[in-house]
Order: sequence, then C-alpha cells, then structure tokens
Amino acid sequence: MARLLFEGLTRVFSIEVLPWLALMLPFGGFLVLSLFGDWIRKDREERGAGVLSCCTVLLSFLIAVATAFMLGDAGRDLEQQRQSLNLPQRQGPYLPFQAYLAVDWIDVSGLSIPVALLLDRLASVMMLVVTGVSFLIHVYSLGYMARDEDRVRYFSYLNLFVFFMLLLVMATNLLMVFVGWEGVGLCSYLLIGFWFKRPDAAAAAKKAFIVNRVGDAGLILGLIMAYHAFGTLDLLSITDHIGGLAPERLGELGIVTVIALLLFLGACGKSAQLPLHVWLPDAMEGPTPVSALIHASTMVTAGVYLVARLAPLYRQSETAMLVVAVIGVLTAFVAATIALVQTDIKKVLAYSTVSQLGFMFLACGVGAFGAAVFHLVTHAFFKALLFLSAGSVIHALGGEQDMRRMGGLARRLPWTFWTFVIGAASLAGLPFLAGFFSKDMILEGTFATGRTAIFVTALLAALLTAVYITRLVCLAFLGASRLDAEKTAHAHESPWVMTIPLVLLAVGSATAGFVPLPDMLRPVMHGAASESRAVRWIPYAATTLSLFGIMLAAYLYLLYKETPARLASALPWIRRALEAKWGFDDLYNAFVRRVLVSGGRRILWRAVDSFLIDGTVNATARAVGSAAETLRSAQTGLVRGHALLVLGGAVALVVYLLWPR
Amino acid sequence: MAETILFYALAITAFSAAFAVVLQKSALGSAFALIVVLCSLSAIYGLLGSPILATLQIVIYAGAVMVLFLFVIMLLDVRREKGGGGPRSFVPLALLFAGLLVLQVGAVLVGSELVPQSAPFDGSAKAFARRLFSQDYVYVFEATSVLIVAALAGALALARRRR
Amino acid sequence: MSETLLRHALALSLALFAVGAVGVLLRRNVITVLMCIELMLNAANLALVAFSRSWAAVDGHVMALFVLTVAASEAAVGLAIVIALQRARDTLDVDAFDELRG
Repeated sequence: MARLLFEGLTRVFSIEVLPWLALMLPFGGFLVLSLFGDWIRKDREERGAGVLSCCTVLLSFLIAVATAFMLGDAGRDLEQQRQSLNLPQRQGPYLPFQAYLAVDWIDVSGLSIPVALLLDRLASVMMLVVTGVSFLIHVYSLGYMARDEDRVRYFSYLNLFVFFMLLLVMATNLLMVFVGWEGVGLCSYLLIGFWFKRPDAAAAAKKAFIVNRVGDAGLILGLIMAYHAFGTLDLLSITDHIGGLAPERLGELGIVTVIALLLFLGACGKSAQLPLHVWLPDAMEGPTPVSALIHASTMVTAGVYLVARLAPLYRQSETAMLVVAVIGVLTAFVAATIALVQTDIKKVLAYSTVSQLGFMFLACGVGAFGAAVFHLVTHAFFKALLFLSAGSVIHALGGEQDMRRMGGLARRLPWTFWTFVIGAASLAGLPFLAGFFSKDMILEGTFATGRTAIFVTALLAALLTAVYITRLVCLAFLGASRLDAEKTAHAHESPWVMTIPLVLLAVGSATAGFVPLPDMLRPVMHGAASESRAVRWIPYAATTLSLFGIMLAAYLYLLYKETPARLASALPWIRRALEAKWGFDDLYNAFVRRVLVSGGRRILWRAVDSFLIDGTVNATARAVGSAAETLRSAQTGLVRGHALLVLGGAVALVVYLLWPR
Repeated sequence: MAETILFYALAITAFSAAFAVVLQKSALGSAFALIVVLCSLSAIYGLLGSPILATLQIVIYAGAVMVLFLFVIMLLDVRREKGGGGPRSFVPLALLFAGLLVLQVGAVLVGSELVPQSAPFDGSAKAFARRLFSQDYVYVFEATSVLIVAALAGALALARRRR
Repeated sequence: MSETLLRHALALSLALFAVGAVGVLLRRNVITVLMCIELMLNAANLALVAFSRSWAAVDGHVMALFVLTVAASEAAVGLAIVIALQRARDTLDVDAFDELRG
C-alpha cells in the first residue's frame, strides 16, 4: 500500500507531469473563482478568493523551483519524445532540454502541432520569475485590494494571467506562444479596465488592446511566414534549422530577415517599443499590483522572451539585429526623457519600464541575448518592487498619485521608503545591486559591437535613468511635505501582507545579480563566447554616470528647486516636446482621425460599401424580385393545370424513352 | 371462338362505359358507368385466366369502392356541373396530350412482338396465393395492411367533423 | 388466348387510360375526377394482367392486387378529403381550390 502510494507520487512528481501541474493550477484557480465566485462572495470577511489564488500560484512557484532543480540532472532523452510526436530530429549540442508532450492539437496535411510544454533553462528561468513575482504580487494584492468589492473577479483574472503567461513561456511551438500571447493580452485588457466604471480606465484598456493588435498582426504574419519558410512552427526545430544553416546559404535568407522583423513587430507591441509604446503609460489606469505584475515584470517582457527564444533566427540577419538594437536604444532614450517630466508617480515608472525594455531589446540587438534575459529577470524584481512600493504610497495616501502633492513620506512610510530606495538604486545601477550587473553586461555587449552612436545613446539613457528615478525619490519621499492636512493624518504604513512582499522583492533586487544567468543560458541561445567579453572600464564608467545622475537629480530637486523650472523656460521647445511625450499620441490621433476615419468614410463607406457592395446586393435582390414577379403568373393554382402538366411530363418522358437512338 | 366474341363485346362495353364516365353530366351517372366498366374488366380478367382477380375486382371495386363513391355522392348532394372548361379551356391541350400518348404507346404496341409463352399458364387462386405468399411478396403484402390501416386512420381523421 | 386478343386487351387498356386521363383533365367535379383516376388505375391493372398472361407468370396478378389495394386506400382517403373540402369550402369545383395561385 505504502509502496503503491510512493510509486503514484513519484509518477505525479516527475518532470513530465509537474510542469503541467504548474500550468494548470492557476487555471484551476481561475475556474473555481470565476464559476463559484458568487458563492465565495457571500462570505462577508471574504479573504477566501485571494488566499486560494495565492495558494495556486505558490504551488506553481514551488513546482517551478522543483523542476528547475530536476532539470539539472534529468538525463532524459528528448529525442525519443520528439520522435514519438513526429517532430523533426534535432542535431546539436543540447543536453538539458526537456519537452513535455501531451496530445496532437492540430494535425492537418503536413502541419502538425502538438500541445506540449518545453522546459529548458530559459523556460525554467521565466517560470521562476513569473510564478515567484506573481506570488509576491498576489500576496500584496490581498492587502491592496482588501476593500475592493470585486476582489473575486480581480483574483480570477490574475490567476488566468499567470496561466497564460506560463503557457507562453513553456510553449514548444509558435502557435502555442501565440495562444499564450493573446491570452496575456486579454488579461491585460481585463485588468487595465478592471475599474471599468472609470472612463479613463476603459479607454486605456481599449487603447492597450488596439495598439497590441498592430503588433499582433506582425506576429501572425511572422508566424505564417515562419511556417512557409521552415515548414514547422516548433521552436526547437526552427532554431536548430537556422543554427545549422551553412554560411553560403545565408544569401537566401532574406525571408529570415522578414520573419525576424515581423516577429519583432509583435514583440514591439507587447513590450511597448518605440512606435507602439503608447499604450503602456495609459495602462497604469489598472490597479497598481497589476501594473507591477503585468505591465512591468512579466507580460511586457514577453517580447524580449520571444526574441531571445529565437536568438539563432535573429543572429542570421544583420538587418534585423540592427533594427532591434536601434529601436531598443531609441526607446530606452526617448522613454527616459519623457520620464523626466512626468508628475504621476506610476507614469514615471511606466516610462521607466518602457525604457528598460528598450535596454533589453538593445541587448538582443547587439547579440547579448543572455544579458537581455538577465536584465529581464533583475528588472522583474526591481520594477515590481518599485511599483509595489509606489502602490503602497498610493494606498497610504488614499489614491493620490501626483508627486507634486507628496513629499516627505520617508518618515511616515519607512518600510516603503527603504524598499523603494533599494529598487531605485538597483534601477539606477549602483554597484552590486541586481541592475548593476545586467545593465553593465548590456553596455559591454553594445560596446563590443563597435557601434559608437548606439553605445553613446545607451549611456545617455542610463544617465537619464539615474536622474529620473532620483527625481522620483526626491519628490515623493524627501523634502518638505506637500500633502493636504487631511491626507497627512491619514497617511500610514501599509499592513504586513503588503510590506513583506516588498522586503522579499528588495532582497531579490539586491542579490539577483549574483546569479550567473547568462552563462547558464548560453547553450539555449547558441551564444558565442564573445557575449561576455569583459571591457574593464565600462562598469566604472557606468557607475560614475549613475552617481553623477543621482547627484544631479538630488541637486536639482532637493537643493535648488527653481533650477528645473528655469531650465524648462530657457529651453521651451524641449519642454514642449517632453510634455507632449514626443508627440506620438498626437500623431496617432491625427493619423486615425485624418487618414483612417475620413478615408474610411469617403472611400470604404461611401464608395465601396454604399455603392459597390450595397449596390450589388440590392441589384441581385431586385433582379430576383422582378423575375419572381414575372414567373408568378405561371402559378395559376389550378389543380387541373397541374394535372395537365403531369400528363405533359409523362408524354415527354415517353418521347424520351422511345426516341430512336 | 366464343371466347373471342365475348372479349370484344366486353371490350366495347368497357370502352363505351368509360366514355360515359367522362361525359356524364351528373356524378351519379358517372358512377354507374364506372361500375359497368369495372364489371366488364372483371369478366375480361376471367377471360385472361385469373379467376381470383376477377372476384377481387367485383368484391373490392364494385362492392366496396363504388359503394363508398355512391355513398359520398348521396351524402354531399352533388349538384350538376356547370358547363364550360373553367377559367381557361383545357380541352385542346388535354386532347392533344392524350392523343400523343395513345399514338406513342399504340405505335409501340403495334411494332412489338407479343408472343404468348408456350408454357402452360396457371392463374388459379392456388398458384396466385403461392406466389403472393412467397418470399418475394409476403413482406410487401404485409406492408399493404399497414397502408390500409393508415388510410383508414387518415380517412377518419380527415372526415371527422371538427368542432 | 391468342396473341391478337392479348394485343387488343393492351389496346383497350391504353384506350381506357387515355379516356381516364382526359376525364381527369376536363371534369370539374372532384368526385368525378376521382372516378376517372380509378378508371386509369383499372387500365393499368388490365395491362398488368395481360402482360402476366403473355409471360405466363403470375407476378403481374400479384402486382394487380397491390394496385387494387392502393386504389381502395386512395379512394377512402380521397373521399374523406372530398368531404372535408365540401365542409370547408361548400363546393366541389376543382377550380375553386386555387390557394396555390402565386
């Protein structure tokens, strides 16, 4: 009996089953909460929904930890599993890959897509980040959302999000990636618009969804092209196929560039890169934990994950790499400049996120994919921390988000303040904090490519990062209090369910940099050794820049507070450009209004729809109608007439039968 | 020889009675003419060597069906038809089609060979029953009973006075 | 039964059928129309019996029996319909039943 139990348990807790369990637990939570939510809601003091939600994610996290350890010594033969699913055989020096296979999803003429999970080191890292950060944010949400009426709906969405995110990072093929991709997009939409009674929130949700459509169009096209080019959507097959390609065939690889750029367009949408970044700042209308989870640490990094996952594909195309790098560095710089003038505490962090995602893409673009994922991980820690701390501030101030009405909060909210400072220092890249290592690695990689303009822009963006985050700390926490008297009395430190996640994330933000992640990920990325070529002076330069930026910001926003205003009036056009956020929104509005709406009205509506389509339809109907009117007279309804026709038919039949042949 | 004379007499009777069925102004007259046709045909069946069909013809047609017809005619007190061919005259077309049919089939009849089989023909009731209840027809025969029940139920349902 | 006689029996069948058909087309009383249909069925029966004799097989007789059965059923249902029609429309003129006119 005991032995049976043991065998059953070992079967369940094997590396084949556990990833599925990790994936399905949050989904189960979502199902329970959304189907039986009303029943839980009856409980007045209901914590149940949140606790259930937390438990599922905690279990997922524990499973992620377990599988991460099992991955190291699991010597299972991936080839056998792939063979059993009719996937192409792989060549190449991979050891630690594991694919967890279930059933065929689509199997039509040559297109065979199994529902399967892929668990390699990259997926494992993403799983750990997603479930770990999710768990902390779930716990935090218990406190943050404690008085919201719709907690059950909130937690069910959150669980659904975790499910789709795990699906996205563990997918074995691009189509499953796409499912997860759209799923997290849906959850993002639902959670941005969580307080849908506020028009701003509803509008922001729609904006996020619509802007993502643009990117997703690219993703779908990229998917189709990839299938056309490689005959499969299997991630490992694609990367192997590309990796094993002979150099002389590189000339035929124009399609690879197209695929890479189309997929990058999708990544741009999801990860808020330059032309499509406009939705992310607006997405801050959602609850703050959502901003921390979805719009800072996990979902928006999906684009980076996708590019990193397809690293061998991108490596084959100079053009695509350059585009990725340029878009990345431009985003990093532009978003950092906008963050300088934002007054809403969450908007600053949102632009900071856009900027940091730009850094990740820059890393991808210069070939330092390991550094990109590394920065993704450290960023997940410190940006979640920053958002949650900001949420703690907002919570304490009863919903106040404007930094001009804060100040001097350090004493009132000590835990929040110190954790925020750790996160900010990590973001700014102070030595030995997590952000320091990853950002230096990106800068080194950029320098190694020898593209000076990109490198200098990246350095500038790093400097601006230090400036805007210090400005935020100064305005919100330091200096004299600019709070209303009423709010001052109300301001209090958050409950422990909120501060404990802050502390844990702060620990992560401080120490995550010591994990040698890029080295671990190198086999996944097919990385060359050049990735980690150390350039000794860069860490010093970067640190100096950061310190300079911090001091500059402290000088401007603590000591000589008139200076920023004077600077602004001295350079009016810069100020206008920054406050208009470089005019992207205005441009898109003008484009939509002028080109899409009026063009649609004139050409598509009036000419095509009213005239052509309606005309055709109406003409068809009228033709049928008049024909019927003519034929109507033939229907006399006389019984004898019908009988006559029957006889006539019989005669005709006899004629036909007797016709001499 | 007597057989031949009898046949032609019966045929002429049937043919002229059929004309009477169509030409009679009153439904009652048509019905009586039809009875004459049916009886003549019954006799012809007898001549053609099928006593059982001759009997059935009398019993079912003359006995049952025609009684039904007469009964309905009496019940409904059918008036004489008004003259004329209705809104549109069908007479030429109807005659044309009927004539064409007669011409075509008649041509076939004249042109084809119709040699009676030399084998002795047993049209007795016994032979008939043997064939009817053989594997070939017994199920069809049973199915007709269902048909009759259905017709009975249908007739009842249709003729029932609805209140 | 000579060949000529059989041939003439078939001719009689044809004649009866044609006369019945003309009757169906020209008569306006529903009951008369039904009787003409009976006439046509009988013509068919005559042909069956004649062919049966010609082929020296009794199958034609069996067929004729089925036709007889169907004819009887048809008469029953048809007359029931006639009664229903008379009740509903107070007429038996076939030209009066023109609900199918377009």
